[in-house]
Amino acid sequence: MDNLLVVDSVSKTFAEHKALNSVSINIPKGSIFGLLGPNGAGKTTLIRIINQITMPDSGSVFLDNEPLKQSHIRDIGYLPEERGLYPKMKVGEQALYLAQLKGMTKSDAKKQLKHWFEKFDIGEWWGKKVVELSKGMAQKVQFIVTVLHQPKLLIFDEPFSGFDPINANLIKDEILNLRDQGATVIFSTHRMESVEELCDYIALLNKSNKILDGKLDEIKTEYKTNTFEIGLTTSNKLNIENEIKKSFNTSEATFKGLGNNLKMNIKLKEAQTSEELLSFLLNKGQVQHFKEVIPSANDIFIKSVKEN
Amino acid sequence: MGHLRLITEREYLNKVTNKSFILATFLTPLIITGFIMFLGYLTSVNNDAVKVISVVDNTGYFTNSLISSDDLKFEFINDFDLEEAKLISKTKADYGLLYIPNYRDLNQIADSTMFISEDSPSLSIISKIEDRIEKVLTNKNFENAGLDIEKINKSKIYINLYQESFEGEETTKMDGLVKVMFGMILGVLLYIFIFAYGSMIMMSVIEEKTSRIVEIMISSVKPFQLMMGKILGTSLAGLTQFLVWGLLIMMFSYLMASVFGIESTTQNNELLLNSSGNMTMNQEALDVISAFISLPILNILIAFLLYFLGGYLLYASLFAAIGAAVDNQTDAQQFVMPLTIILILALYAGILTVPEDPNGTVAILLSHIPFTSPVVMLMRIPYGVPVYEQIISIIILYLTFILCIWLAAKIYRVGILMYGKKPSYKELIKWLKY
Repeated sequence: MDNLLVVDSVSKTFAEHKALNSVSINIPKGSIFGLLGPNGAGKTTLIRIINQITMPDSGSVFLDNEPLKQSHIRDIGYLPEERGLYPKMKVGEQALYLAQLKGMTKSDAKKQLKHWFEKFDIGEWWGKKVVELSKGMAQKVQFIVTVLHQPKLLIFDEPFSGFDPINANLIKDEILNLRDQGATVIFSTHRMESVEELCDYIALLNKSNKILDGKLDEIKTEYKTNTFEIGLTTSNKLNIENEIKKSFNTSEATFKGLGNNLKMNIKLKEAQTSEELLSFLLNKGQVQHFKEVIPSANDIFIKSVKEN
Repeated sequence: MGHLRLITEREYLNKVTNKSFILATFLTPLIITGFIMFLGYLTSVNNDAVKVISVVDNTGYFTNSLISSDDLKFEFINDFDLEEAKLISKTKADYGLLYIPNYRDLNQIADSTMFISEDSPSLSIISKIEDRIEKVLTNKNFENAGLDIEKINKSKIYINLYQESFEGEETTKMDGLVKVMFGMILGVLLYIFIFAYGSMIMMSVIEEKTSRIVEIMISSVKPFQLMMGKILGTSLAGLTQFLVWGLLIMMFSYLMASVFGIESTTQNNELLLNSSGNMTMNQEALDVISAFISLPILNILIAFLLYFLGGYLLYASLFAAIGAAVDNQTDAQQFVMPLTIILILALYAGILTVPEDPNGTVAILLSHIPFTSPVVMLMRIPYGVPVYEQIISIIILYLTFILCIWLAAKIYRVGILMYGKKPSYKELIKWLKY
C-alpha cells in the first residue's frame, strides 16, 4: 500500500512533559485516517509536527516519500481545533488572504472561492465582516479556506464542532467527496459515531503512546468477542431460558427488541460456532433477532484506553 | 518573502482602515491645535484683568517709580494709616496692599515694607515690586553717600560673552537652549512612537490569539514571518499617522494664524515697539536660527533615522513577544512595566545629564546601553559626538536588536499557541529552550 504520510518514531518533550513517545504511523494514500485518543494524548502535538508548527525532538516525518520541508505547507490543509478568523476583516478579503498565504495566486483563489461560496450558498457573505457571522457560518468559511488550495493531505481537528446536524452532514459529504477526488484525510475527533461513518483506518493514542492502529474493519474483527444478540418468541420462556443458560455463556440483553419475550446476549464458548447456536435456537421457538455484536469504535476506544 | 509582503500589507491595511485609527489620525491634530488655541486664549484673558495694588507710601520716594502698566495698576492712598488702608484695600477688592513706612534708616524701610493680600500673590509681581523698591532705595543710598547716580549708571558695563568653539564656529547661549530643546524633542518623539505603536503591535498579537486565527496562520507561514510582518505593517501605519499629523498640524496652525493670528501679531508688534527692545527681540530670533543652522544637521538626520529605526524595532520585538506570551492586556502589564521604566529612565536621565555635561560618564554610558541609547544619544548628538562613538553605539544597538528579535521569535513561536495561563518569567526562559 502506498503511504502518503509516514511518521517514523517521532518523540517530543515539552519541559517535563513527554507529549509523544516514539510514535509511528503510516497513512495510506486516499484514505480517511482517524487519529483518536483521550484529551492530552498527544494528538494535537502530532498534528502540529505534521504541519511543521512544532519540530520533533527525534524521529522524522515523510510526505510523499520526502522528508517534510517548508514547501510542503502548500500540500497540506489544516483545520485546527482552536480556530478563528480576523474578526474585523471582511469574509472575502480574509479568504483571499489565507489562500494567497498557501501559495495561490489572487485570481486563482478568487475563482475557486466563488465556486465554493456558491456551492455552500454563502455568496452574500463575501462583503460581510467576520464578527457579523454566527459561529457555524464562520466554521464554514474556515472549512473552505482549508480545502481551497486542493492539498494532497487534509487535516481536520474536530471538524464538526459548532455545526448543526444539517451542516455537519454537508461537511461530512464534502470530506468524502474530497477523498474520492484523491485527497488523503487525517481526522481527529472524540465523536466516535463520525469515526464509524468516515474512517477507513484509525490510530489510537493514549498518554503519548500509540496503542493501536490499522484498518478499522480489521481492528473490529480483532476486538470481536463472539457475542450474539438473540430474541425469541416462545410459550415456554422459563424452561428454554434455563436450557440456553446450561449450554452457553449468557448475559443481560444490550439491545431493544420488539415483541420477543425472551432476549439475551450469548457469548460463544471456544469450539462453539454461530451455526450451532442458531440451530439450537431454531428448535426452541420463533427466532426474531439474531445478530453478532460488532464492537463499535467507541467500545474499542474505551476498552483499549482502559486496558492501557 | 512573498508571505512577509502579504502579511505586512494586511497588517498595514487593517490598521489604516480601522475606524478608531482614522479618527485618531484626524482628531488628534485638531485637539492639539484646539488645545493650544485654548491655552492662548486663557493666557490672554488672564492678562487682560488689570491687577490693582493700593500703595501707602509714607516716604514719598516711590510716586515716580511705581508706575502703572497694562496689567498692574498702583493707586496711592498715602493719607491713611495701615489699618484704614487695609480696610479700604479690602473693600475695593484690590489685588493687594503695599505698605511702605517711613524711617530715617533706608535699611529699616526695606525691612519693614510689607505686602498684604487676600491670596498669596504671584511670584513675578512680588519680584517686580521688590525690584523697583530696591532700585529706588539703592539710589537713595547712593545720594546720601554723595555719589552721582548719573555717573554710576554711565560707568556700569554690560557684558555678553562672545562664545566660540575650537573649530572657530561662533556659539551663543541660544545654542545651548536650542540643543536641549532639539534633543529633547527627538527623544520624546521616539518615546511616544515606541509606546504608541509598540503597544499596538502587542494588541494585534493578543487579538490574533484571542480570535484563534493564529494556528491557521502559522500552518501557512513561519511565526517569525508573522511577527516581522506585524511589526513592519504596524510601523508603516504609525509612520503614516505621524506624517498625517505633521501635515495637519501645520495646516491647522496656518489656518489659525490666518483667521485669528492677525490680531495677535499686531498686538505683538505694539508690544515690541513699546518695549523699545525691538532690536534685541530680532537679535534673539536670529540667534535661534543661527543656533539651529550651526547644529550638525546631517549627522542628526542620519543618526535620527538609524536610532529611531533600531530603537523602535528593538522595543517592538519585545512588545510582540509580550503579546504572544499573554492572553489579555491585563496580564501584559507586568511585562510591559520593565520596558516602561527603562524608557522613562532613559528620557529623564537624558534630560538631566546631557545638558549638564553631554560628554559626562553617565551620558556616555547611557548612550551605549542599547535600551537607552536611542533616546540619550539623540539628545547628545546636537552637542557633537565623535563619529566612532556613534558607530560603536549603533553597532551595539543593532546587535542587541538581532538578539532580541531572535529571542522574541522563540517566545512568540511557543507563546502564540499557549492559552489560558499567564506565564512567569521563569516559564518564558524555559520557552526559549523548546
